[in-house]
Amino acid sequence: MSVAIVDYGSGNLHSAHKALERAAREIGNGMDIRLTRDPDDLRDAERIVLPGVGAFADCRRGLDAVDGMVEELNKAVLQDGKPFLGICVGMQLMATRGLEHQETEGLGWIPGDVVAIEPDDPSLKIPHMGWNTLEVQRDHKLLEGIPTGENGLHAYFVHSFHLKPTSPDLMIAETDHGGALTAVVGRDNLVGTQFHPEKSQTLGLALLRNFLRWRP
Amino acid sequence: MLKSRVIPCLDVKDGRVVKGVNFVDLRDAGDPVESAIAYDSAGADELCFLDITASHEKRGTILDVVRRTAEACFMPLTVGGGVRSLEDIRQLLLAGADKISINSAAVADRKIVSDGAEKFGSQCIVVAIDAKNVAPDEWEIFTHGGRNSTGIDAVDYAKDVVARGAGEILLTSMDRDGTGKGFDIDLTRAISDAVHVPVIASGGVGTLDHLVEGVRDGHAAAVLAASIFHFGTYTIAEAKTHMRRAGLHVRNPAEADR
Repeated sequence: MSVAIVDYGSGNLHSAHKALERAAREIGNGMDIRLTRDPDDLRDAERIVLPGVGAFADCRRGLDAVDGMVEELNKAVLQDGKPFLGICVGMQLMATRGLEHQETEGLGWIPGDVVAIEPDDPSLKIPHMGWNTLEVQRDHKLLEGIPTGENGLHAYFVHSFHLKPTSPDLMIAETDHGGALTAVVGRDNLVGTQFHPEKSQTLGLALLRNFLRWRP
Repeated sequence: MLKSRVIPCLDVKDGRVVKGVNFVDLRDAGDPVESAIAYDSAGADELCFLDITASHEKRGTILDVVRRTAEACFMPLTVGGGVRSLEDIRQLLLAGADKISINSAAVADRKIVSDGAEKFGSQCIVVAIDAKNVAPDEWEIFTHGGRNSTGIDAVDYAKDVVARGAGEILLTSMDRDGTGKGFDIDLTRAISDAVHVPVIASGGVGTLDHLVEGVRDGHAAAVLAASIFHFGTYTIAEAKTHMRRAGLHVRNPAEADR
């Protein structure tokens, strides 16, 4: 059993790696959690995590620069149906396209665009940075047992753009920052979080444990 | 709703905490990682390490501290102090820092802000501003711990670094730092209202009311303090409870208690 964390030169893989290792230990599962730039490792992996920080276009370029990675991701996720978790820009990359700085094609797994946050209250700060609560739109195993809503646990966000899916069915949870922002999207074996579970203390580790146990 | 953040800041020199961290059950108060773990479980919203290591040869020690912290604490970590180049930023990010605070290097050449934002994303570029009040409603940037004047207006500078891609401003009043008299609220509000990115208020916290003032009157998105937490004057939980009673929105520190 193994989890492949895709390394394409985006920052802060170390934290995602350590948090997944911790989550695996907590559920008493001897999983091999592996950072990898080798598409072959995706073939062997049972689950796949795509992290990402920075700009959409930059991350897309980084992913394309790893020979054969996008092809193997498509195969593992769309054909083989392996559980997939995208984090932050890794989640945004699941979209049809990103509109940060320039128009950039995404992986096209979640129909929708990645657009700038435009809060209805101009005094609200961008980036949306810090701890916010989640409003669940649709039950999902990823959030099972996690208290949500205004009195629930908080997740750590840092982003200026967010993924707007074309269909409300793809929305699993939202957060509020001068209007609803996408917090969790997903369909079938795919799920993505705009916030950083690896930086979200209790909520984050609970979510990662859920992901490691998830059988879509 | 987005919550106001409470951020303890640790001064680290040669891999050791400089000011005492006064927690019960802390085996080694001088180890930044032990202190980070204690703040993590106490419900701090973020952690800030300021590396004040003087010698260039010992600069590597902070990378080890960051790496070990990121292994044990699943919370956001900002690291600053002596960051001079894109390579410094890259190494700290790879070690597990989430945000990098740049101070003198940005004053010397603002290009590091645009280059850093372009290469690593605005979300991880924090510009630290040390400002002194020089005339009514006028503040100037100082470097080298407040010793060197630059002639640069703090509000203009803040606007410029944000335009260049800074994702956050860490604002310290050199007049108030270490005094315990509270933030320079006029300065904090002047900068917060001038930029669209979050501003962290710093310098001068002596009481819990000061934290409230920073957010309520200074319009800061986050408040940073060192001594009141390190010396055990107040806990993070006391700070949060006080802020909540004052009508501010904060994250419950018990969330981190696992």
